[in-house]
Amino acid sequence: MGIIRTSRLIFDYIRRDEEENVEEVNRAIDNLNVDIEKGSFVAVLGHNGSGKSTFAKQLNGILTPTEGTVWVSGMDTSDENSIWEIRKRAGMVFQNPDNQIIGNVVEEDVGFGPENMGVPPEDIWRRVDESLKAVGMTAYRYKSPNKLSGGQKQRVAIAGVMAMRPECIVLDEPTAMLDPNGRKEVIKTVRELNRREGITVLLITHYMEEVIFADRVIVMDDGRLVMDGTPREIFSRVEELKSYRLDVPQVTELAHELKQTGIPVPAGILTKEELMKCLLPLFAERFPGKVTE
Amino acid sequence: MSIKAEHLTYVYGQGTAFEQYALRDVNFEIPHGQFVGLIGHTGSGKSTLIQHLNGLMKPTGGTVCYDGTDIHGEGYNLKELRSKVGLVFQYPEHQLFEIDVFSDVCFGPRNLGLEKDEVEERAKAALEQVGLEEKYWKQSPFELSGGQKRRVAIAGVLAMNPKVLILDEPTAGLDPKGRDEILDEISQLHDDRKMSIILVSHSMEDVARYADRLMVMNHGEKAFDGPPREVFGHYRELESMGLAAPQVTYIVHGLREHGVPLDSSITTVEEARDAIVNLLKPGKDGI
Amino acid sequence: MIRDITLGQYYPVDSVLHRMDPRTKLFGTMVFIISLFLADSVGAYVIATVFLAAAIQMSKVPFKFMVRGLKAIMFLLLISVSFNLFLTDGQVLARLGFLKITREGLRMSCFMGVRLVYLVVGSSVMTLTTTPNQLTDGLEKSLGFLKAVKVPVHEISMMMSIALRFIPILVEETDKIMKAQMARGADFESGNLIQKAKSMVPLLVPLFISAFRRATDLAMAMEARCYRGGEGRTRMKPLHYAGRDYRAYGIYGLYMAAIIGTRIIF
Repeated sequence: MGIIRTSRLIFDYIRRDEEENVEEVNRAIDNLNVDIEKGSFVAVLGHNGSGKSTFAKQLNGILTPTEGTVWVSGMDTSDENSIWEIRKRAGMVFQNPDNQIIGNVVEEDVGFGPENMGVPPEDIWRRVDESLKAVGMTAYRYKSPNKLSGGQKQRVAIAGVMAMRPECIVLDEPTAMLDPNGRKEVIKTVRELNRREGITVLLITHYMEEVIFADRVIVMDDGRLVMDGTPREIFSRVEELKSYRLDVPQVTELAHELKQTGIPVPAGILTKEELMKCLLPLFAERFPGKVTE
Repeated sequence: MSIKAEHLTYVYGQGTAFEQYALRDVNFEIPHGQFVGLIGHTGSGKSTLIQHLNGLMKPTGGTVCYDGTDIHGEGYNLKELRSKVGLVFQYPEHQLFEIDVFSDVCFGPRNLGLEKDEVEERAKAALEQVGLEEKYWKQSPFELSGGQKRRVAIAGVLAMNPKVLILDEPTAGLDPKGRDEILDEISQLHDDRKMSIILVSHSMEDVARYADRLMVMNHGEKAFDGPPREVFGHYRELESMGLAAPQVTYIVHGLREHGVPLDSSITTVEEARDAIVNLLKPGKDGI
Repeated sequence: MIRDITLGQYYPVDSVLHRMDPRTKLFGTMVFIISLFLADSVGAYVIATVFLAAAIQMSKVPFKFMVRGLKAIMFLLLISVSFNLFLTDGQVLARLGFLKITREGLRMSCFMGVRLVYLVVGSSVMTLTTTPNQLTDGLEKSLGFLKAVKVPVHEISMMMSIALRFIPILVEETDKIMKAQMARGADFESGNLIQKAKSMVPLLVPLFISAFRRATDLAMAMEARCYRGGEGRTRMKPLHYAGRDYRAYGIYGLYMAAIIGTRIIF
């Protein structure tokens, strides 16, 4: 069993009127079965309202299942006794960088989690030092969070989670409010944490360029799991992705369009280099001597 | 109905130790009906620039002229200018406040002192233009989805019947489909209402697809100004400014370096596809 | 820009006073304020002046920052000084129509003026050398005894520190919403009081909604990071008294004794 597992997970948002009568039931997650392997980098894709954020909030007990079960490191999130242990193991980073930083100084914010866990002061300092270093924010430790860029704020938020020494980090659209540079910064940080520290990463996003590095991509639609595979497998199904209100990176799109005109290009091209590698031999054949492979 | 900036300069904290140029000697003229993409990384001065164009900020040096008249000249009616130059801020849904969608859209035209009939007429037209179905009009704006809220907010500015529409990253935070829908509607506005559009964006792919002209801001100065294909030709300089050309540009340039005779000005997937197919299958035209 | 505004008026330099435990500074400020109300002779004020001057010297903060706070109380200062000057009975020195200046009045108003000025400058010494965060920490720790009578000391100080973090963000947000509504023709300046109040609705509603959204998000983020109130919490920067703090308390004792002494002698 993986570090995160859900079995027949169902979650309903229930709206009640003043007399506590059910007014409206909105099914956000519908019978979801997922098993996430320890140490892997998994991306969850889906359009706004597909249930992916609700799914994220199930993973550290901010929300608990209406039906079915979620296990984190073998602990059931519905069990109130293990809720704090689960939150230590599965850290969360949220979308809005401003609304998750509590401290008035970067290093104090990173120390917030360990303080809550009752870690002794010397140990907190060690954790803060290590976490700031892991996200490359040591130089900013005495700064006010208000003076940082969006990408830097998100890295501080990631450091804050790292200081809790989690096994797994769940990032709920961490780049949605950032500019392209900030986005790159955050994704690079997350990839390094995954590779170097072996942290399991669950990245929830709707930016396609961010998922090509993932070990596995899960696509959600209407609260259900609709696609599951490696980025290459997922991105070779361009039309299907589009039917779920998603998109593919321009390279993949171009390769797909070329394939449809009959040019022999394989499905699921992810990078510029891959595409050039298939096209150059064709051009070399067509313009002998002029085009070099 | 042109907007013209001459030697436009804005300095924060002028005369203090913290003096900082947000805009430095920016010059341009946008003739009526143009679709301009304004790009630049965060802090490059693009937000400061657009706030000068409808008089929300006052330049510390230089002038902004609308239709040939200095907007900070004696007796110029800034309120009227703001109805002609509509500005949609980033995350515009954060400005919604009325009890229902329709009243919120009426806020702008009502501020112009129009008759009730005229106000409602305009609100209706604006909501139809952004494609929000009538069943939502009497709902609270706060119950709508993110994409719908954003449309209501855009309609709120459209209802003032502006001649120029400036949008600051109208697609931020939307999913790919939502992004395409909003951009298509903006492009529709450009065609239907013959408006000038100034689209501030981080996405090179988006501006390449819609804009006739690109202006690139860097450190408060205008770095490039021209048609997208020309500006993206400077992709190496763009990178040094923390920007990048669309992915397609890189593929085309990569192939050209190997001797493939592709046109260097290609900026969209469709153009690249057609050009590659033409080269590889010269007999099969018409794709 | 707007985000750069600093709350409180902390002046970042390194000095003995800056390094001192916030509780020591809080207590010292209290001692100083009490001493000002006990002082009723020139001798006492001389001692207080020496004490304050020494503190200012040690803080390494430029003097002009110390007196900046006086601007805000100028009006109050003038009123209380003139009340004391003209309305105290006693040996008449001069007469201006129905107003008279007495010997006692002159003395009282001088003391009152000095007292108010010292009060403001004295508290400025504390706020200039202590970050708002340290101040909250100091308050939480010094008022810890109130927990016994069910005062949620930890929660109040947490609220204060969150407010410190979010006030600049909300100020900037206010500016943004105001501009967005102005772009839709809103007018926040002209009109009478009622019209002005009405014109605030398009600003206040979005601002409140945003503040609530931020509060909900923040509560979620805090819970996700295992926050569950003050119980069982450790501190990254626990407050520790060092040698300088004990010395400071010693000086407070001597100072208080001297001030009380002046009351007996003079």
